[in-house]
Amino acid sequence: MAQGKPKLAVWKFASCDGCQLSLLDCEDELLAVAGAVEIASFPEATRATVKGPYDISLVEGSITTPHDEQRIHSIRRSSRFLVTIGACATAGGIQALRNFKDVNEFTSLVYAHPDYIQTLKKSTPVTDHVFVDFELRGCPINKYQLIEVLSALLHGRKPNTPPHAVCMECKQRGAVCVMVAHAIPCLGPVTQAGCGALCPSYARGCYGCFGPKETPNTASLAAGWAELGVSNRDLMRAFRGFNTYAEPFRRESEAHEK
Amino acid sequence: MTTEPVHAGGTVALEGEQLDRLITALSERKFEVLGPKLHDGAIVYDRLSSLNDLPSGWSDEQSPGKYRIKRGKGDALFGYVVGPHSWKKFLYPPVQRMWQAERNGKGLHILPNHDSAPSKFAFFGVRPCELSALAIQDKIFLGGPYVDPGYKARRENLFLVAVNCTQPGGNCFCASMNTGPKAVAGFDLALTELSQDGHRSFLVEIGTAAGAAMLSGIPHRPATDADKQLAERVLAHAARHMGRKLDTRDLKDLLYRNYEHPQWDKVAERCLSCANCTLVCPTCFCTTVEDSTDITGNHAERWRRWDSCFTVDFSYIHGGSVRATPRSRYRQWMVHKLAAWLDQFGVSGCVGCGRCITWCPVGIDITAEASAIRQSDQAKAPAEQGRESE
Ligand code: SF4
Ligand code: SF4
Ligand code: SF4
Ligand code: SF4
Repeated sequence: MAQGKPKLAVWKFASCDGCQLSLLDCEDELLAVAGAVEIASFPEATRATVKGPYDISLVEGSITTPHDEQRIHSIRRSSRFLVTIGACATAGGIQALRNFKDVNEFTSLVYAHPDYIQTLKKSTPVTDHVFVDFELRGCPINKYQLIEVLSALLHGRKPNTPPHAVCMECKQRGAVCVMVAHAIPCLGPVTQAGCGALCPSYARGCYGCFGPKETPNTASLAAGWAELGVSNRDLMRAFRGFNTYAEPFRRESEAHEK
Repeated sequence: MTTEPVHAGGTVALEGEQLDRLITALSERKFEVLGPKLHDGAIVYDRLSSLNDLPSGWSDEQSPGKYRIKRGKGDALFGYVVGPHSWKKFLYPPVQRMWQAERNGKGLHILPNHDSAPSKFAFFGVRPCELSALAIQDKIFLGGPYVDPGYKARRENLFLVAVNCTQPGGNCFCASMNTGPKAVAGFDLALTELSQDGHRSFLVEIGTAAGAAMLSGIPHRPATDADKQLAERVLAHAARHMGRKLDTRDLKDLLYRNYEHPQWDKVAERCLSCANCTLVCPTCFCTTVEDSTDITGNHAERWRRWDSCFTVDFSYIHGGSVRATPRSRYRQWMVHKLAAWLDQFGVSGCVGCGRCITWCPVGIDITAEASAIRQSDQAKAPAEQGRESE
């Protein structure tokens, strides 16, 4: 990092702000974060902004407008490390549901004057537009993983955010598998860990918030769900979540469209 | 009834309700008593404070990828088999801090690692297959030149109450692996639950002097021939009623000579590489280490956590992962468990507990996979080829 405190900027695109709020949610660690970096731009927390270039840019949200497309390039140009935070910035988010339909139909239904609306056909992840140094998964992100990524970047080491299945976290905390013991459909076996197996430890199936794990076998899991009695339509919907435009989930959802 | 001293190698009988005194005796001697308990619709291993904590009258139904608890016939205390947990979580915890350090000017100051105070565990209700698994983990963590100090400390203090299996589960195959349904060694006390005309008693085999000492003071009676015969009968019946079988003849060479077998592709179509099988397996021992710093960079820690050959990172070396595909990862698991383990540790890595079959979300069955390979052995053993051409 450069001399003095590294400059951190937080940027927002199409998103719900939940991931940025995870940073504010780091109550105990927030002071340490503020001590380690200069927060140069963070609209959720302060209106004051410091000019770039920035050492670390955290980008929340997906690219959905022509203006977004230009803005992300200028952010990239002024950032040393660009880290996307959350499912929107990393996979296109829940708003990528529109990618499966014609966006003009939506705008004509929703707006009185759709011709004023400037929007792209698709909601896309940041990596479709610029080079991304690190993608932090989750809807929302896990605040401990965020601190881990910041610590790793600041001290020049690799972040510990393993790409294995949520099942590993279930077993690590001794949670009883909901799929095996309660016939509850669970996306955990194809979803990347990071949440600490939150839903399964409250007897819910995983919703896939952290996106596809490494080498996800979605077809086999879908076959397992079908054996539990899940219909084709519900299978399609299960893969149309916050990470629907992540390639393996998109493909699996399309396989159940009929 | 007597409280006469008993000796290692002896066998006595306890009336059902007296078993609670054993838990009391263990607690009085400062053991943390751990055993089967009903939790979230499964029988897990957790802290016990009395016999009432045991899932009395419960049973479990297990098949590939499926586990259900249900009321059993009668009110047996041990009418179920193994669940999602194994004892390894106590002796070899899923995450452990190895060490921590602090920046000290230009140097490094190693901080004390508070986790290392040895616990005094009593495992209550250890199944015969699990005793064998423990013996295997002993070889791994205590054998050879590199001893795991944490495991060693916990293991040395351990008190083991085994329970023989009178009602094997749907995925059990300990009889094939020669690890059950009766415990033969490695316990302080071994119980066989006997129920006759609505009357419950336990046949207690005393394995060690520590076991004998624990029993003294607990009212018991000499075991009769009738008790012993009844126990033999129920255990022989159990051995004939295993849910699964594994043909272990020539198994190591069978797998070694079938590295390229179409069955690996078939199983890879189903395998999720989710790692559940390895994490529930009572003998799997793999870990990874993670180094981290806090945000100030003044404090660093090294943690060790359970890992599995099913993850892509497990075989990552410079340039990429050696086992990139689920096919190669499943093959690694099965060949290690059933073949390479024999070369490495002199025993099979599988004790036939059936957990990997039950807790696989898509019900992949290691016994079925082995038998599929056997049925279409791509390169028959030379001896068999000879026989065929005769
Ligand atoms: S509950 Fe879901 S995430 Fe957990 S082990 Fe089962 S399938 Fe995997
Ligand atoms: S391989 Fe499966 S059956 Fe064998 S000991 Fe491990 S979990 Fe049990
Ligand atoms: S089967 Fe895999 S996880 Fe288990 S001990 Fe072998 S390499 Fe490790
Ligand atoms: S065999 Fe089953 S439990 Fe094991 S990794 Fe494959 S899908 Fe998961």
